[in-house]
Amino acid sequence: MSSIAADHAGADHSHVSARGRVIQPGWVRVLHWINAVAMILMIMSGWQVYNASPLFGFTFPHTITLGGWLGGALLWHFAAMWLLMVNGLVYLAAGLLTGRFRRKLTPLSVPGVLGDLRAALAGKLAHDDLTVYNQVQKLLYAGIIVVGIVVVLSGLSIWKPVQLQWLTAVFGGYDTARYVHFGCMAAIVGFLVVHVALALLVPKSLRAMIIGR
Amino acid sequence: MRKFRDLIIPGVDKRLLVKDATRLLPDPARRRFLAMGASFGALTLLTGCDVVDEDSAESLLKYVSKFNDAVQSALFNPDTLAPTYPESAITRPFPFNAYYGLDEAPEVEAADYKFEVTGLVDNKKAWTLQELYALPQFKQITRHICVEGWSAIGSWTGASLRDFLKLVGADTRAKYCWFRCAEGYTGTLDMPTALHPQTQMTFKYDDKILPKAYGFPMKIRVPTKLGFKNPKYVIAMEVTNDYKGGYWEDQGYNAFSGS
Repeated sequence: MSSIAADHAGADHSHVSARGRVIQPGWVRVLHWINAVAMILMIMSGWQVYNASPLFGFTFPHTITLGGWLGGALLWHFAAMWLLMVNGLVYLAAGLLTGRFRRKLTPLSVPGVLGDLRAALAGKLAHDDLTVYNQVQKLLYAGIIVVGIVVVLSGLSIWKPVQLQWLTAVFGGYDTARYVHFGCMAAIVGFLVVHVALALLVPKSLRAMIIGR
Repeated sequence: MRKFRDLIIPGVDKRLLVKDATRLLPDPARRRFLAMGASFGALTLLTGCDVVDEDSAESLLKYVSKFNDAVQSALFNPDTLAPTYPESAITRPFPFNAYYGLDEAPEVEAADYKFEVTGLVDNKKAWTLQELYALPQFKQITRHICVEGWSAIGSWTGASLRDFLKLVGADTRAKYCWFRCAEGYTGTLDMPTALHPQTQMTFKYDDKILPKAYGFPMKIRVPTKLGFKNPKYVIAMEVTNDYKGGYWEDQGYNAFSGS
């Protein structure tokens, strides 16, 4: 696939102009937007499921939930899960096999993250070359992949606490696994807010995720 | 029953949303680009009804739910036992749960009670409560998980449904056991689940005769299924190859709903 080749070329990011070069290869863009749709469907139907038996002293407003009632929300949740899981597995496999994870998300270091975070907050972080992630981006993108894996595994553990009881036990039992699942959702929503805000602040990054350049 | 229309998010008009979004942006080229993005977002996220009409959304979701039934029953290992717990783990008080209040729960007269057994069975005799109580019983402390998400650990004592099915000469190659309850509630169990060693015809809760709140005189306790697949006040069972649905299954809860 030419876009993967272009992505490999992008690894040599030193002095090449960003113009005309593929920043986000086709497979990343396709999987990204499928994941975006799947995540939104899972989150909004998940909020409706949560409302049936809230873990905390609040419920989600009906207008921002999906499914109308618990039964409808569960239908959405257990349909969109296939989209999320299959798409996510393809993404993990492709990210590992093409070396994209290694190229884009490593090396990652605590001083590096702190340094880039300071620069970002001071408004001094450059975005000249969108093919290279800064340390804060690396941390967030690597972190959200881990959270994505945990949200799926904790979801499976509360869906199948008998058949997958070993997995439920890993999450501290059924009731605790529900909190883990909720916590992952909260982390994803938090990521989403920052991610969308930054993409809008640097519109060429959003353009790159849509048309590739 | 709620209308399926509620499955789709109401409210936002995608044309207005796109119009509002583009008005905020001066540059014409960027405006076109973002209009595409906004309409994509609006299409997928906000107005499902404009993308897919309600009927096709409904049938697609129902189709996936049936697909999930098949996947779950294929993955269901009838030898996997639900975890059991010590007495100290029992949730007290164990919650009463139904689609009606406790004062509306059916009052079953023990003396008049007959458990009807019909369908693909050799012996269709109806069982009195005394005859049922005489069956060999076992006790198990397991977690009851509600479709709503909450769970509670309880102690149930009763007879093995698997042994009972053998006793009455049921055709265990049949697909389903369908249960009918005193208040009109119904529910279906797939045969592998009916034959699961922990599936129980329950007569006692916490070592005492099942109180009205928990389904007197008989509950079918299925620790490998969600709570709504555990019918209370059970008065009849039919062994059948026809899928007859159930109170909640018919309203859209996934029919397998096994944990």
